[in-house]
Amino acid sequence: MAGLTLDLIGLQLFAGVALGAVYVLLAIGLSLIFGMLTVVNFAHGAFYMLGAYVGLWLMAHGGNFWLCLVLVPLVVGGIGLAVERVLIRPLYGRGIDYPLLLTFGLSYIIVELVRITFGKAGFPFDTPEVLQGAVDIGVGFFPLYRLFVIAATAVILFGLWLFLERTSFGLIIRAGARDPLIVRVLGVNVSKVWLIVFGMGTAIAAFAGLLAAPLQGVIPEMGGTILAEAFVVTVVGGMGSLLGAVLAGILVGVVVSMTSLFAPEMAKVAIFALMALVLLIRPQGFFGRAGLMS
Amino acid sequence: MATDLAFEATRQPSPLLLWATRHRVALASLFLLLFPLVMPFKALAVMILIYGLYALGFNLLFGYLGLLSFGHSALFGAGAYLCGIAIVHFGWPWYLAIGLGLLAGMVVALVIGALAIRTRGIYFAMVTMALSQCVYYLFYQAVDLTGGENGLRGVNLKTVNLFGFDVDFLNPLSRYYIICGFVIAALWVLSRILASPFGAVIEAVRENEARARASGYDVMLVRLLTFVLSGAFCGLAGALLALHLSTVPIETMHYETSGLAVMMCLLGGMGTFFGPFIGAAIFLLLENLVSVWTSHWQLFVGLAFMVCVLFFPRGIWGTLMERMKA
Repeated sequence: MAGLTLDLIGLQLFAGVALGAVYVLLAIGLSLIFGMLTVVNFAHGAFYMLGAYVGLWLMAHGGNFWLCLVLVPLVVGGIGLAVERVLIRPLYGRGIDYPLLLTFGLSYIIVELVRITFGKAGFPFDTPEVLQGAVDIGVGFFPLYRLFVIAATAVILFGLWLFLERTSFGLIIRAGARDPLIVRVLGVNVSKVWLIVFGMGTAIAAFAGLLAAPLQGVIPEMGGTILAEAFVVTVVGGMGSLLGAVLAGILVGVVVSMTSLFAPEMAKVAIFALMALVLLIRPQGFFGRAGLMS
Repeated sequence: MATDLAFEATRQPSPLLLWATRHRVALASLFLLLFPLVMPFKALAVMILIYGLYALGFNLLFGYLGLLSFGHSALFGAGAYLCGIAIVHFGWPWYLAIGLGLLAGMVVALVIGALAIRTRGIYFAMVTMALSQCVYYLFYQAVDLTGGENGLRGVNLKTVNLFGFDVDFLNPLSRYYIICGFVIAALWVLSRILASPFGAVIEAVRENEARARASGYDVMLVRLLTFVLSGAFCGLAGALLALHLSTVPIETMHYETSGLAVMMCLLGGMGTFFGPFIGAAIFLLLENLVSVWTSHWQLFVGLAFMVCVLFFPRGIWGTLMERMKA
């Protein structure tokens, strides 16, 4: 372990937070959709991948990265709206497993359509020029783009918090997550709320995919692996809890990057070990309410 | 997965259906024994047997107990790998290797199940999927034993010694009937489980968990036991797959293989005795047909999945049974 200094650990810790930021965004979307619609979205990874590919397409057709940051969530969120309206809505009230199975099938279709359109091979995704290079963060030089990922995630989270806590629509969402029946009795069109929440969740997933694209490149299978990891984050944080998703996402990111420093071959297994541990000690996760799913 | 059992109890099923239900193992066995005579591709027929058995094990959990697992690839894969490893690295005889594969499926099921049943309902699918990915990475990393990315190669079995006779395992037809023997035994065991008091408890937990608990049954234990039994069937199927392919691809462990079991079960009809085999047969036949003219088979898998969920939730065999009862 020569050359292992405190600075290196500090840097790796920061890299973990940047990685965790992507997990946080994915888990927030999953949690939001589950908390409202009680739908486990198995197509969430596919929407994440779609975000990266839509960004790729926009860049190839004269768009720049900043435009992508706005357009990609809008485009994929729009697809999400259509999916909820046409495919998922007929399944409400038919048992909790059916929407899950449907989104699983949907993820196959999205991935295969992307393969048909863009080919099976992956693409590199250029980091925007302004964000290339590294900055000194006290413990050493850290890639600027990763700092940007952390900042962008923070902005999204803050915006989401404002939306949920400070707007009347956010109030309806929070009430609907607690008791959709009463909200409906009060005269709120709950199906419209569900539609928008699903669209928002997919838009955030697409945003995460776009952010992750310069870090790891773009391939059709990129959504599949990260989906399992996003599930771990939601289970650890507590399903339906946004604060839990944030803390667990960062924790999982740090655990991955720390194990890849000390025992690289165990990095993939470590997060599942973490989940097993949480399940043993606190099955409902950090912030999940016990009996939420009963 | 609530079915209207209360209604079914008041309806009088036809005597033919009652007779068929009573002799379901014999009828299913007869079908499987005659199947290769109408099926021109023997290797495909063997795959249908193996994947049918895999879907059967999955169906015990999903169809009868009502728990949706997305981690069955780990049970299937563990059976395949352990059977293969026993033959390749330790030179075990084939019957012991199959036994080890079956046991491996049960052990992995015990570990995954013990963790996953601590969560409820919808968590179950996520936790089982995540844990199966964990098992995937463990086998992926153990390159010395499993061959890592390239898969385990050289699970060669030329002859099988059955009651003093050497049977040529390379002959497709004799291979089919050897594997068929295991599948029929599994069908019989499953039928006995379902007909036993324990089988009734399994369905009781699916229909009304609170009432089953109030009746004094340990719901957690029932779930864990059913998961482990399901692991035995899937482990056996995996072991047979290793012998049939003479290699174990790493994709066997991937969670898409779990999706395969869900698909076959859904297609055939979950919670039906013979549905998984019908589902496996239709799925694999379609895969072979469609792959001839397009390489985008996955697109059709996804479409079939969605059509089944939206319009055909009882599956083909399930719908057929429904018609016969009416």
